[in-house]
Parts: sequence; structure tokens; C-alpha cells
Amino acid sequence: MITREAVLHVARLARLELSESELERMRAQLDAILTYIDRLKELDVTDVEPTSHAVPRVNVMRDDVVVPCLPQDEALRNAPDRVGEFFRVPRIIED
Amino acid sequence: MTEQPIHELTEAYRRTATTPTAVTESYLARIAELDGRIGGYLTITREQALRAAAESDARYRAGKPLGPLDGAPLVYKDVLCTRGVQTTCASRILEGFVPPYDATVVARLTAAGAVMLGKGNMDEFAMGSSTEYSAFRPTRNPWDLARVPGGSSGGPAAAVAAGLAVGGLGTDTGGSIRQPAAFCGIVGLKPTYGRVSRYGLVAFGSSLDQIGPFARDVTDAALLLGAIAGLDPCDSTSLEAPVPDYVATLSRGVKGLRLGIPDEYFIEGMDPEVERAVRAAVDVLRGLGATLEKVSLPTTRHALATYYVIAPAEASSNLARYDGVKYGLRAAGAKDLIEMSSRTRAAGFGAEVKRRIMLGTYVLSAGYYEAYYGRAQKVRTLVRRDFDTAFGRVELIVAPTTPNVAFKHGEKEDPLSMYLNDVFAVPANIAGLPAISVPCGFSAQGLPIGLQFIGKALDEPGVLRAAYAYEQATPWHARRPSLPS
Amino acid sequence: MMEIVIGLEVHAQLLTRSKMFCGCATTFGAPPNSQTCPVCQGMPGSLPVLNRRAVEFGIKTALAFDCRVNTACRFARKHYYYPDMPKNFQISQYEEPLAEDGSLDIEVEGASRTIRIQRLHLEEDVGKLLHEGTLETAQASLVDFNRSGVPLMETVSRPDLRSPEEAAAYLRAFRAVLVYLGVCDGNMEEGSLRCDANVSLRPRGSTELGTKVEIKNLNSFKNVKLALEFEVRRQAEALETGERVAQETRLWDAERGYTRSMRSKEFAHDYRYFPEPDLIPLAIDRAWVDEIRAGLPELPRARRRRFVTEYGLPPYDADVLTQARALAEYHEQATAALRRAAPSLTLGQAAKSTSNWIMSELLRVLPADDEAAVREAKITPSRLAGLLKLVEDGTISGRIAKDVFQKMFASGEDAQTIVAREGLTQVSDESALAAVVDQVIARNPRALEDFRKGKTAAAKAFFGDVMKATQGKANPAIVQRLLEEKLSKI
Repeated sequence: MITREAVLHVARLARLELSESELERMRAQLDAILTYIDRLKELDVTDVEPTSHAVPRVNVMRDDVVVPCLPQDEALRNAPDRVGEFFRVPRIIED
Repeated sequence: MTEQPIHELTEAYRRTATTPTAVTESYLARIAELDGRIGGYLTITREQALRAAAESDARYRAGKPLGPLDGAPLVYKDVLCTRGVQTTCASRILEGFVPPYDATVVARLTAAGAVMLGKGNMDEFAMGSSTEYSAFRPTRNPWDLARVPGGSSGGPAAAVAAGLAVGGLGTDTGGSIRQPAAFCGIVGLKPTYGRVSRYGLVAFGSSLDQIGPFARDVTDAALLLGAIAGLDPCDSTSLEAPVPDYVATLSRGVKGLRLGIPDEYFIEGMDPEVERAVRAAVDVLRGLGATLEKVSLPTTRHALATYYVIAPAEASSNLARYDGVKYGLRAAGAKDLIEMSSRTRAAGFGAEVKRRIMLGTYVLSAGYYEAYYGRAQKVRTLVRRDFDTAFGRVELIVAPTTPNVAFKHGEKEDPLSMYLNDVFAVPANIAGLPAISVPCGFSAQGLPIGLQFIGKALDEPGVLRAAYAYEQATPWHARRPSLPS
Repeated sequence: MMEIVIGLEVHAQLLTRSKMFCGCATTFGAPPNSQTCPVCQGMPGSLPVLNRRAVEFGIKTALAFDCRVNTACRFARKHYYYPDMPKNFQISQYEEPLAEDGSLDIEVEGASRTIRIQRLHLEEDVGKLLHEGTLETAQASLVDFNRSGVPLMETVSRPDLRSPEEAAAYLRAFRAVLVYLGVCDGNMEEGSLRCDANVSLRPRGSTELGTKVEIKNLNSFKNVKLALEFEVRRQAEALETGERVAQETRLWDAERGYTRSMRSKEFAHDYRYFPEPDLIPLAIDRAWVDEIRAGLPELPRARRRRFVTEYGLPPYDADVLTQARALAEYHEQATAALRRAAPSLTLGQAAKSTSNWIMSELLRVLPADDEAAVREAKITPSRLAGLLKLVEDGTISGRIAKDVFQKMFASGEDAQTIVAREGLTQVSDESALAAVVDQVIARNPRALEDFRKGKTAAAKAFFGDVMKATQGKANPAIVQRLLEEKLSKI
């Protein structure tokens, strides 16, 4: 059973503001999905290596070479709030 | 002109029976006429398309076309970055985002002379199975406008099925090419993980995502795959294996080919018409000389659960960057950064995306990692082992693509019931294997049914060849939806 | 009795040409947001590709600190939200870092200690934030992503340091190795080397760790020492009055001289680490490690030892001379040149001579750790040797030599030229000097009287007068002898 507190905590970690109505609906839906996912516990995974990559390669690296980068204008073009050569953001409060 | 598949179209260009510009204009006219009802496109790049078509014209006139795709008018799912053209992933949070670069697949198709008609609609951030989760508009199934085209690549699938593009690109993380291909009666292929570069594909499930073609027939799918596949230094997960000529081996036939039918893909509750059509297809294959045997993939019942841990986990991470700072939507009037980001994300993401972000954040959070994500990665190994065992006895697996046919808009409101659409598609993503869906019949109500072939890693040639043999022996690929004009 | 327990986390920017995961340049000081691309800006659809040289530099450093380089090494995503982090996760390392279990020896007040290094790993740097005002008062902040994606190497020591002095010594020694290896320029003002400290107190003899406080913004050796001294005092006072020390992060405010609370570490960040799916794990083979090991330069510790054993230099000299690679090389080159110029000198004599002059004169005009300045000094090692040869063979006196040194440093001319031009050759002509000595003695009957009465200090005055009369050019040894002879006869 995922609790309301847990949902609020996760929402904070995910930077998602949820309304009151969303909160309960989300809690119920997550609960149902997590219950479905619980069937994974049926399997015996002792001594099973995790697969984090389906790719049979190792040591994929590149040479230390400088490549032309984006012109400043293009780098800033999508900025929601651009000030001169910078992206501007509202004040940062440590949380 | 908009009826011909690519391989006939570019042949017609060479014979000067028609020109890229004429065909592109026909497609654009058809889009103008019909897409209002279908909703396959989010952006139509008219000027760009006509410019590219004109350049293609010139090449054909000079007798120097770039190849079999030169002048082919295509649609790209709006999850692929296109330089100078808005790329939204059907989300409000990326509305107005104009990438300064092309995805590798887009660049490769452009280099092959393809013409981009526009960007296709999708479920927001590729999360969904019906395209109902697009923030901007729904897409309607050309075979029955009251029904969904499938998802998440519903826009390109519907466009190709409705003759609004000759082919296109979609993405498949948990069935999102194959399921819409099945619902829309066209061909859809998901390559082996790493076969096609993900550079420029807006990430959803990084270890699962693959880009693949939608086409009217298997030959076109092979042509499109050949143009986009291959190592990309910009994608560390792309494979070094050389790209074979996928068209050359299409007509090898299936004589002597050992096909496996998995017990677990015929489940209770699936649509009996789907089962019937797939079993009939199996008979056709037998008639063509393939041998069929039963195989068992016991972890199938766990593959979906595995998917719904891994994909949301990776998604929650990949979507953390959407915070109103550098691009896209920014909520106004916030007093500080945290409030701004939280409000931006709350306003910019739809319900399904939020759900998956929450789920993904939860399974990665302290104390839960081992129980969920850690365990899912291990089950993933078990899923792969199942396939390895089966491929010890057979060369390809044949199965239904989906348990059902296209459902009505609004029918699947419960998220979990929506997820169950992907139960036959997801295992191939979990195992990173190539898989294709081809039409294999219609329901009594005239809705398409899809047949799926799954192959060993890098066996796209095998998957394509079996699909081709089946296609050529059946009438399904020639059928078109009758659209009111 | 309380015991201080300190651990240091050092972040070093690696001297690669391009960034960690993309080909953007890493040069410092470019116009804001002019050195970025979709990858280091975290644009949708971008993917990282690992820089081989960054891994090489990491392995090199790991070997220099006697770490075990792991064969299996992978990257992980570390999640937290901050506007200088484009993806809101940092690609770092978690469970399989590049290297572990090394050590670094430090010396504080003659006592040598081994400080253990727990781990060394690679990650990407974040962008720069500018605040309109201060972080607290600013209504908005500005972001520059040029620095985002620059390769960083993080090294974490075990909490083996027992005093602020030791912490500063560790940082100094650590930095020296990195600069020696050429993997980092060690510039703390520009931020290419950054240090955070974890400090706690516990009763002496206890093996449990006390509540740990993280101190950030230690941007110089001096500040490391001051900040830690303050923090130790603060914690000690708190514990004395029975208060609990909060587990938190504090910022060192150099201007005001205190640490202040930044955020509470009670609610530690949940970084939600998981293996980076966009990067393939590394399988570092031994052949590559061995190749890198073979290419390691002589490290400060080894070189210091060699200066003592091979050149016979006192440990103090060896310490000063080996603190920076360019300086140590300067010494060796100057010593070799001096031996060639004055073959009668033993290796030890030549080495001590050059050592003295480097320590007293060269380091007065050049900062020891300014590699470029030392390498480009106009007074090259062979020129210094040339000067010392003139002193050695009596051409000029030591005192004159010091002046010549200054002139050489400024003009880049060699000693011979200057001495010849200004007629600084030492006067060693005995009869000439004897005459001067006689004159000086004759001119000063009062001092002579004092000398006869037993005030030997008067001899010093005579000496000084002789030097003045010869504009400092008299050979001091000869003057001294002549004076003694003459005075003893009077």
C-alpha cells in the first residue's frame, strides 16, 4: 500500500506539484500498478546477473579532439528567459 | 500517385513517369484534405518539403539520384529532433522547442534524398498505446475514425495507412511501432537494440528505445532500415556490425525455416478474431514450407512488469531536464526556482507522463532500488535467456502483435488496462531483439490484425524475409482504408 | 580530550582538450555559452560519448597514489535539481569507480603520516551560476554552461587527517602530484582544483565517528586551514556546552572568517543512483594500465628522496626544490651545468651551491609553483651556473654576485657580459689590496687604538672600510687575511 506521504515525498523528489485531487488519484493508480509489478517477486533471481545493457560492446570511447560547438546565438535560442549571453532563472532558495 | 510504395515510386521517378515535386504536392494536398480528420501530423513542413522535392527533381533529371529513397515523402514521429523545425514530443513542455540539430536518422534520410512532409503525432513523450495522450490532438484510425491508431507512434502509422505519407519513422520502446502498425494495417519494424542510432531521439527508456520504419510493404521497410541503420560515433550504444543489404535477401522464402509459436502469446481474454487470424497466418507459413513448433517463453508473464519498472525509471531520469530553465515551457509568476520548475512540470506534463515519472522516481528512490529496479534488471536477464533457449531450436518466433484490435477512443481509461495492450510486444524490447509486425487479416468489423515475427539479435534479414514471404502470399498489404474525401 | 577527524574531497578539472562527453573545448574564459553543444547543454535527444584521455588521466593519477585501478568500471546517474546541471542529473560514478584504496604521505612539523585514499572517480562538471548580488539576496541568477561537461576527477580521502595543518598539507601534496603529472593545472582561484572537507570531533581513543559537518568553498590552502580551525573550535564549543552538532553543510565565508549553515544534511539528498544506460561499461585491461604506469614521471616523493641520496642535499633543501616539477628540473639542470663549468666541484658541492642560490635568490623573484615562470625565467639554469662559476673561481665576490644576479634576471644577459661591462671583477691583487688595507688602518687611529685595547670588533670596521674603498670588489678572503696579518703585527 503506497501511502499519501510516500506520494508527496516522491512528488517532491520529482519536482512535480500535485493538486489535492491529483494526489489521491495518483496514489490509487500507483498502488494498482505497483501491485501488478509485485509479481516480479515470484521469480527466483539468486545468482542472476542484472542486464543493464543489451549491447555486446565494451570500452566505447572517443579521442580527445575538439569539435566545433554551437554558436552562442543558437545555444541560447530556446531560452525561456535570455539576458545577454546568459540563461536567467528566478532566485534560488536552498531547500 | 500517393498509392505507390517507395520502391515503385522511385522507380517511376527514374522512368520520369512522375516527379518528386508532383508526388510531394499530391501528398501535401491529401494532407490538407484529410489530416484534419485523421490528426496524424503535428507540424507540416510544406516549404521545406517542396524545396527538397525540387532538389530531388534536379537529381533525377541529371540522371544522378542518390538512391532508392531519393524523393520519397516521409513523416517523422515528433520525438525525433529536426533542425530548425519544432519538435514537441506531443507535450506542452516542449512546445516551441526548435532543435539546433538533426537526429542522426533524419540526417541519414536527408542524405539519401528523402523529403520530410512533417512531424507525426504521438503519445506524449512516447508514453502510451493509443496516441490519446498527445497534448495537442488525438489521432484517428483511418480504418475507423472512432477508434485509436495505437501508440505511441500513432501519428506516423495513421499517416502512412491513410496515404498521407509513403512511409515514416516511429520509435518502439514497449511496442510503439509494432502495435500501431498492427492497428493500422501497415508494416512496422523495431530493429535490434543498438542497430539504429538514438542520437537525436528524445529519450524515454534509454535501454529500450529504438527507431524504426513504418511502410506500406516489407520491401519499403527494408529500404528505410538500410538507410538509417549502422554505427554512429555519437551514440555509445550503437552497434559496430556492418549493415547488410536488407532488400537483397527478402525473397529467400521460408522453405525449411524453423518457426516457433510461443504458448504464452495465446492468452485468455485476447480477442478470438486475433487468435484466429494469427493461426491462419501460421497455416500459410506452413504451406510456404516453414516448419512450426511450439516453444515456451515462461517469463512472458513477467516481461510487462519488468518493462513497467525499467521504462518509467529511465523516463523519470530522462525527463528531469524539463524544468523551464533552458528550453520549452516556463511557468510564469513563480517566486523562486523550485516553484517555477514544479509549476512548469505540473502544467507541461500530462497525466500519463506524470504517472510514469512518479512510478520511476519511486522505484529508484532510496530503499526501493534493489526491490524494484535491481530485481527488474535481473528478470530482464531471465527474459533474454528464455529467448536464447527458444532460438536454440527455432530461427524465428511468430506470434500475434497485440491481444486485440483497435479500441475506441476513451475506452481504456484505466492505465493498467492500457498497459496490457503491449503484453506481446514488450518482451522483444526487454531482450533487445528485432521484431516486425505485418498485416495478417481483418476483424469482422474491418479492423486490421497484426502478425509479429521476432528474431535473434541482428537477424533483421531473417525477420524481413519471413515477413516478405508471408506478405507476398496474402492480399492484406494491398488493402487501403476507404477514407471519406 | 577530543580528537579532530577530517576527510577531504578534492575535485580536479582534467587538462583534456575537449569535454568529458562531447567535443566542446575546455578553455577557460570564453564568452558565456559559446562553448556548448546539445550534449553538454542537455538538450533533448543528446547522448554522451566518453573521452579516452580523461580515463587515461584518471588512471595515471590513480597509479601515482598507489590506488587499485578497477577492471570493471562504469558510470552512473546522480540525480538532483540545480540550474547549473543541464540534465538535472550528473553523470558520475557510484558502485564501480575507476580506482580505490590508495594513499598519500604528508609531513607536518617533521612528522610523516600516511593518509588513505578511499576512491577516485570521474564525472562531469556543472555550469557556472552568477547571482545578481549574492546567492541570498539575488532576485535572479544567470547560467553559463561553458563549464558544463568539463572532465572532473573526484578523490575522496578516508577521515585520517587529524588537524587543519594536516589537511592543508594533504591538499598541498595532492595538488603537487596532479601538477607534476600534468593532469590538472591546480589553479584554485580559477576553480580547476576544489576542495570540500568533512569535519567531526570524537573523544580520543574512540573508533566511532562523530557527527560529520561538510565544509564547502575552500578555495586556497590558507582558507582550508582557517576554515577548519574555525569549524573545529565551533564544534568543540558546541559539544562543551552540551549542544548537539547538526549534520549539515556549511559554507566558509573567508571575508568574515566563519562557517555558516548552507543546508541541512539531515535530509540527505536521495541521488537515486542507477547505471548510466547511455554509456557502455569499461573493461580496463592491464596492458593499458601498465602502459600508463610506464609513462609516469618521477613523482615528488621519489624525487625528494633522490635529491637527498644522490645529491647529498639536506632534507629541507630537497623539500623546497621538489615542491614543483619545473623548479626541481631547474635545479638539476643548473647543477649539471655548474659541474661542466667548474669540474673541480663535487656533485654535492655543485648541488648545494645551486640549491642555495635558488632558494635565496631565485625564489625571491619567482613563485616556486609557477611552472611557466620558472621555465621561462631569463636567468636560465646554465646562466645561473655561469654566474656561480665566476664566484667559484674568485672572479667576483659573493656579494657582487648577488647584484649581478638581479641584473641577469632583468636583462637575460649572462654573467660574463655584465661583469665585464661594469668592471665588477674582484680585486685579488695582494699588493694592491695590501696598500688599501694600510691606507685604511692609517686613516683610522681611533679604531686602531680600540683594537689594541682588545676590542676585536674594530677589525670589522676596517674590513667594511676596505670593501667600501674598493667598491665592494675586494676579495673578502684576501682582505680578511691581510687585515689579520697586519693587525697582528701592530
